[in-house]
Amino acid sequence: MAPKVPPQPTLEQSTTAAEAGHGHAHEAPPKGIMRWLLTTNHKEIGSMYLIFSLIMFFIGGIFALVVRLELFQPGLQFVNPEFFNQMTTMHGLIMVFAAVMPAFTGLANWMIPLQIGAPDMALPRLNNFSFWLLPVAFGLLLSTLFMPGGGPNFGWTFYAPLSTTYAPPSTTFFILSLHIAGISSILGAINIVATILNMRAPGMRMMDMPLFVWTWLITAFLLIAVMPVLAGVITMMLMDINFGTSFFDASGGGDPVLFQHLFWFFGHPEVYIMILPSFGIVSAIIPAFARKRLFGYASMVYATAAIAILSFMVWGHHMFVVGMPLAGQLFFMYATMLIAVPTGVKVFNWVTTLFRGSISFEPPMLFALAFVVLFTIGGFSGLMLAIAPADFQYHDTYFVVAHFHYVLVPGAIFSIMAATYFWLPKWTGHYPNVRLAQWHFWLSVISVNLTFFPMHFSGLAGMPRRIPDYALQFADFNLVSSIGAFMFGISQLLFVAVIVMCVRGGKKAPAAAWGEYADDLEWSVPSPAPLHTFETPPTFQRPAH
Amino acid sequence: MTQHDTEVRQAGVRRTVWRSVAALIGMFAFAFALVPLYDVFCRVTGINGKVDTTAQALVHDEVDESRLVTVQFITRNGSGLPWRLDVETRQVRLHPGQTSEVNFTFSNQSSGESWGRAVPSVSPSTATRHVRKSSCFCFEEQQLQAGERVELPLVFQLARDLPPEVNTVTLVYTLYPVEGRTQSLQAGVKRDEGGEA
Repeated sequence: MAPKVPPQPTLEQSTTAAEAGHGHAHEAPPKGIMRWLLTTNHKEIGSMYLIFSLIMFFIGGIFALVVRLELFQPGLQFVNPEFFNQMTTMHGLIMVFAAVMPAFTGLANWMIPLQIGAPDMALPRLNNFSFWLLPVAFGLLLSTLFMPGGGPNFGWTFYAPLSTTYAPPSTTFFILSLHIAGISSILGAINIVATILNMRAPGMRMMDMPLFVWTWLITAFLLIAVMPVLAGVITMMLMDINFGTSFFDASGGGDPVLFQHLFWFFGHPEVYIMILPSFGIVSAIIPAFARKRLFGYASMVYATAAIAILSFMVWGHHMFVVGMPLAGQLFFMYATMLIAVPTGVKVFNWVTTLFRGSISFEPPMLFALAFVVLFTIGGFSGLMLAIAPADFQYHDTYFVVAHFHYVLVPGAIFSIMAATYFWLPKWTGHYPNVRLAQWHFWLSVISVNLTFFPMHFSGLAGMPRRIPDYALQFADFNLVSSIGAFMFGISQLLFVAVIVMCVRGGKKAPAAAWGEYADDLEWSVPSPAPLHTFETPPTFQRPAH
Repeated sequence: MTQHDTEVRQAGVRRTVWRSVAALIGMFAFAFALVPLYDVFCRVTGINGKVDTTAQALVHDEVDESRLVTVQFITRNGSGLPWRLDVETRQVRLHPGQTSEVNFTFSNQSSGESWGRAVPSVSPSTATRHVRKSSCFCFEEQQLQAGERVELPLVFQLARDLPPEVNTVTLVYTLYPVEGRTQSLQAGVKRDEGGEA
């Protein structure tokens, strides 16, 4: 059963495939929109995922800028508090579920088959389905903003009873959209696991796989384990709201604290779902531009697995203030701190890879280096938050906001940008414009720190999150944050410009676009990668180092 | 790739998919299984102030005269029941092992009959298992006619093995309407909240 794939779109690509000598008789492709609706090609689906997530990144970004605009000065200026709450909530939901997660799935679609020498994903039609669920899910979610009573306004963590008893009427639509997005992630994860476990090139053992593949395999297991729990939680919410059950309603014998336990049992592995693939990306980029083998490949794999396993045992650190027994607080505190060990192994390996390397600072490397430094800052503030007695003060302040934005923006999002710059030559056949990419990098890295670093201080001084107004002493910190946020938002237009220019033209890239230390299988196919690759499996050569 | 290889690959993919689907169903069921498990866990350990709502026999041991513990009573009106719950005294001081009786007054302030229940909670949670109630209005649902007032007793003692660091025990009673029996009232309340939000 060969996967049905549309034929090559350009003459150049079809000759490459023909030269390679795999003359499959492909059916004529549907034209126009139908081609994209029906495509089962992993590269086309990967591109659609990436474009979708880029659009959502801007929509979520606009919501964030509404928040920052309101917080520019103390007092209520631009939006009313109800709308402000909808903006913070939608910003979080869109960025987590519609920007970061689909971007990683898009990268997985594009790169995993290429990196393991597979012709396509294991289940190409399922792949198409899981992508097209996303526009439906987030179209529905965004439409709630126009419904009577407004969209979700209870924060992205949607704690009950805020999200049940006191929720706007549109909450049922929010639940449905999250269900659809969850199904999409689950199907994507199954597909990725099936691809990695069964479709590797002959001779490639598990421990030969590039780290991006490894980290995604572990991420996919996390998705399969926790997305059903999220589905269960929102199903319980749905029943509490519409069918008179009382899972989270104390009056009927339920318990709102149960919601928090269930949510964070999903939520904590979820934050690793958003960072583990970044580790894989950075582990590919740093050796390429340090011109050295990655230090400690095996320890990277084990560290990733250790982080994933520990992520199931630390959910309580989000709930230190609900009134947990001392034993519980101690357990969650120490378990959380334990995660710093495998994460430290990773940072150590990256730094050691850089040590005495012949480093050059191409755009992907700039982003990867910023990732290592700034993600580590986010990790340190995470350690501070892990200390239960200290967390009583930090809880629900801007310190938490600073922490998770440091791990998500210069962490996850910088790694996605690094991956984009790294693999653009493979996708388009052209190098991205270096000068513009450097501008993009420096503006981003300066503005991201301008935005989020002051939040540490305002948080420690006691500024609560998710509030549209604040006390006067926080005015300066917020002013700086808002200026940084607008700078960051506008800088991202440069990112779009670089991508568009790179698709249209630019310096031609050879097959091995980044030299001899970027030597995974994807660099053995021509640039741009033809629509069909590895229809005959390549023979995998283990590097001699 | 030979025909054989392709078949092996397809079988592998099928196996992976079925195992993943089994894991998915298992985790979905696990999420729901956590609801009763959580409840049992909290009751057994007394975490979260969850109290056994069945009567317990009072133990007629010696009273521990060496300690005095403050017991506070807090009454709260929960969501949408037009009742008042009052307690005759806000706090008592007693020795562990000593039996005490405190009267609570339920009054229906609306012009219709309704059903309600006072849901108990104990703080700190380490004291939960050491509060022994032989008689409590919180064991059952109450029905009050329009404007009716009822005085109901709470009879309890603190067990002698109350942890030494506990000097104050707070008993909280929150009034909730009883689902189903006051359906029309509930529906009205829900609609109001939806409109405001």
